[in-house]
Parts: sequence; C-alpha cells; structure tokens
Amino acid sequence: MNPLQRYAPLVDDEEAFLEACERPLPSVVRVNTIKATVERAREALDDEGVSYEPTDWHPGILKLEDSTAGTNWPYFHGWLHGQEEVSALPAIALDPQPGERVWDTCAAPGSKTTQIAAMMNDEGVLVGNDNNLGRLSALRHNAERLGVTNLVVTNQDARNFSMKPFGEQTPDEPGAFSQFDRVLVDAPCSCEGTCRKNPDVLDEWTMNHVQSVAGIQKGILRRAVQVTKPGGTVVYSTCTFAPEENEAVLDFVLEREDCEVVEWDVPAGFETSPGVTEWEDEEYDPSVTKARRVYPHQNDTGGFFTAKLEVQG
Amino acid sequence: MRDETAEDENWGQQFDRLPETPDDRVVEGRPSREEVVDWWEERFGLDPETFDHYTFWEKGAGKIWAFPAEMVDPIQVEGLGMRILRTRQRHWKPSTNAVQRFCRDATKNVIELGPGEAKAFVAGHDQQLDRWEGDWGYLVAAHELAGELEPLGVGLYLHGELRSTVPKGRQEDLSKLD
Ligand SMILES: C[S@@+](CC[C@H](N)C(=O)[O-])C[C@H]1O[C@@H](n2cnc3c(N)ncnc32)[C@H](O)[C@@H]1O
Repeated sequence: MNPLQRYAPLVDDEEAFLEACERPLPSVVRVNTIKATVERAREALDDEGVSYEPTDWHPGILKLEDSTAGTNWPYFHGWLHGQEEVSALPAIALDPQPGERVWDTCAAPGSKTTQIAAMMNDEGVLVGNDNNLGRLSALRHNAERLGVTNLVVTNQDARNFSMKPFGEQTPDEPGAFSQFDRVLVDAPCSCEGTCRKNPDVLDEWTMNHVQSVAGIQKGILRRAVQVTKPGGTVVYSTCTFAPEENEAVLDFVLEREDCEVVEWDVPAGFETSPGVTEWEDEEYDPSVTKARRVYPHQNDTGGFFTAKLEVQG
Repeated sequence: MRDETAEDENWGQQFDRLPETPDDRVVEGRPSREEVVDWWEERFGLDPETFDHYTFWEKGAGKIWAFPAEMVDPIQVEGLGMRILRTRQRHWKPSTNAVQRFCRDATKNVIELGPGEAKAFVAGHDQQLDRWEGDWGYLVAAHELAGELEPLGVGLYLHGELRSTVPKGRQEDLSKLD
C-alpha cells in the first residue's frame, strides 16, 4: 500500500500533493553563523561560481542550483551545512536564546542541534542526546566541523533520560541543574515526509511500525515535558503525515502532563496547515490545531509536522 | 562504576575540570587552565580573553576539551564541548577544529598557503615549503577566502616540509575547483 494515499484526504489539493511527492528535492544548505556571516558565505560561493538562491523566508538558507556541486571551500570550513529546507522549522519554533539550557532529545546526526547551537550564539548549555551510538558519531563529526563548542553529547534512551549526570542531586554545586529552558523532540517516525529524498521509506512503511514508534514518541515527549521548567518550551516535530504519530501523541501527553499547545510564528511566506482534530475513529484535543503541518506541494519542500508546547505549573 | 578512592587519578570515562593554576594541581601531569591559555597565547598569539567564558576539561590522558559554561565536576558524558588540545607530551598538539574555530585572530606561527597548496593540504598531502623561516612544530595553515585569511587546520613543519594533520574524516578533494 502506498501510505501517501492514506493521507490524501487530509490535504486541500490531492493531485498537487501526490505529484510533489514524486519530484526530487532541491539541494539546500544552511549558513553556519558560528563560523561565517551570511554575506561572507555567499561571497565565498560566488567566488567559486556556485550558483544558489536564498529561500524567500530565510536569508541564510540557500537553494543550490546545481545539486551535484559536490564539495567546496565554504563547505570544508564548516560555513555551510546541508540541511533540508523544512527541517529548519523546529529550531525556529523552539527559539533558543544564548545562555539557556537546551536539550535535543533525538539529536543525531545533528542538523537541528547545530542550528540550535548557532541560534544560541554557541553560548549556554546544549545537550545533544541519541540512543544510537553509531549515529552519535555523526552528530559529533557535524558539530566539530561546524565549530560548535556548547554541546554536551549524551547516549541515553530519551524516554527515561536521567538528569543525574548534570548534578540533579547536588544542586549547590556550581553548574548543577535539573531542568531545561527548552527541549526539542525531533522524534523517530515513519518518515513519509522524506520520500522526495528517499523514496524507499514508502515501500518500507507498515501500520505496525506506526503503532510501535508512536509508543516511543509518547514516552520521549512526556519525559521532555517533565524535565522542562515551568514556563519553558517543548517543540515536537516529525517528518510523517500520520496523525497517530503527530496529533495523537500531543493529545496523549496533554492529558498526562501539565502543558499546553501554543501558536508559534511560522516564517512569513511559508505555507502550513493546522493540525487535525479528527482521524479515522479518533478525536484529539482541539488545541492541536495550533500545531503546523507542512505538505510537500505547499512550499516545494519535504513533509513535516511541528508543534510548540508551553510547560505549566 | 567509578572508584571513589582514585580521586588523584586520571579517569578515562569522565571529564575532569582542569585546576586553575599549577599550584592547584591534584592529579599529576594534568595541565592547568592557566597553562592552556598561556600556550595558545605563546604559540599563536591568541588573546587570553578568547577563552574567558570557557571551562577546560580533561578526558583520558592529555585530551583537553573546552566548554563555554559551568558544569558539575566530574561529569560522565560522551562529549563536552570541543577537543582543543593534546597535552602530556613534549609538544602539545592543537586540534584542527580548535584552530578553525579560534585561530582566525592568530598572529604568530601562521603559514599562508596559495590555492594549490591549500588544496593539497586539505587532501592530507605533505609538501615541501622552503619559504617558511619561522619556528618548527605545529603551525596554523591558512588561506584567503572571501577576502580574509581563514585557518584550514594544523600543519607540522619539520625540515622544510609542511605535514598536513587534517584528520581523514575532514579531508576533502577540492582539486576539481579552480
Ligand atoms: C528524526 S531522527 C533525528 C534527526 C536529528 N534531529 C537531526 O536534525 O539531524 C530521530 C533520532 O532519534 C533517535 N532515537 C530513536 N529512539 C530514541 C530514544 N528512545 N531515545 C533517544 N533517541 C532515540 C534515532 O537514533 C534517530 O537518530
């Protein structure tokens, strides 16, 4: 079964949706402002004759005209990082600030982690965690190349993430903390949203996987809310269209933890759709409409889901 | 896991904060913060203020990491900031990543490479460069990019030869560029 058919009823223009999913994605890079300004990175690309076009909504996210460009000087220096356009959204929703404490629960290979580090001006504490040791080495490699210094790398199951290493039990020690200002949950998922880059995800899709991964997502998001300060922010994102892995996960956590879904500022010129409150026989909390869905035909990107939660209490 | 009695040993599984000065040293052979900052100043002319808000840590013998905030000490995590320096050997060795991140402002022991030399350097090749008349040892290799000098990495200069120490995973073949 082609899982995309399953989601066609959710979109405004079924034909445009299915058609966009067939097209390959343009090659996109993000300027790493830890190492270079947007102007200087563009100048280096110009000098090498690499043509690009800035996206309408972000001057530091550039579409390369020739995706076979391969490597170049600004890339070697870590001024650029290959990152799908739509995958820049969660960090924007998270809005991390210099000097804060931030946890990226599922961080490898680190596209969003390194974007968060840059938004923090490489100051404060950014914990990048992943339970997969092999993928952690890719996270490390990317962080090093991009010159990130404010990253603490951990290898835990995010569902029962322990704050002990950070001095939870010795609060008087300098540097000890037990809660974060902001947490990103960029969850493992069914990934149909990446089909333009990797069509295999559609063949590998099963309902069983949807159900099992939804359990993991719920566990990680709950833990994320638990270790966030009152008034703090948790962002939940996936690259799947499945409501079971998106709105249903929010609904589950809203019922069990003290938090609420809030609006977030989608960049001007970027088209999104609201979260859905009904799917098959299920109904979800009305506030999930504040989450944003992105379909590939809307902005010629991959598919995505991003929700922002505010922790109460 | 941790042997609580071994306070004075260098523990490979955790990060231990460097003492402020040599007088504060408890663990034999561990460099102090002061010595690390002085080293960057002496070798590359870096302003000590560069590291003002950094804490320094050792994990495994001699591997020094820099992190821009306070943290509990010791701490058991997989990574803490950036590996910047290899100590506990006669010649301390800076890392490629640290040189790229911090040595834009270096004023000493910087060798400027031409376009062909820069490509050879990042491909990992050693090259004969007789024009260098400065110190032997670890140099910052740099080239011009977008109008300014930009550090490429660490070169080891010995007997008229500049050896590239760019790690395999960071080496690139840029020969197709002109
Ligand atoms: C969508 S990917 C993350 C992509 C990453 N945020 C980025 O932008 O480069 C999901 C990650 O979650 C990790 N993961 C899966 N289950 C986990 C768990 N229980 N705890 C922590 N990480 C987990 C996977 O190893 C995978 O690297």
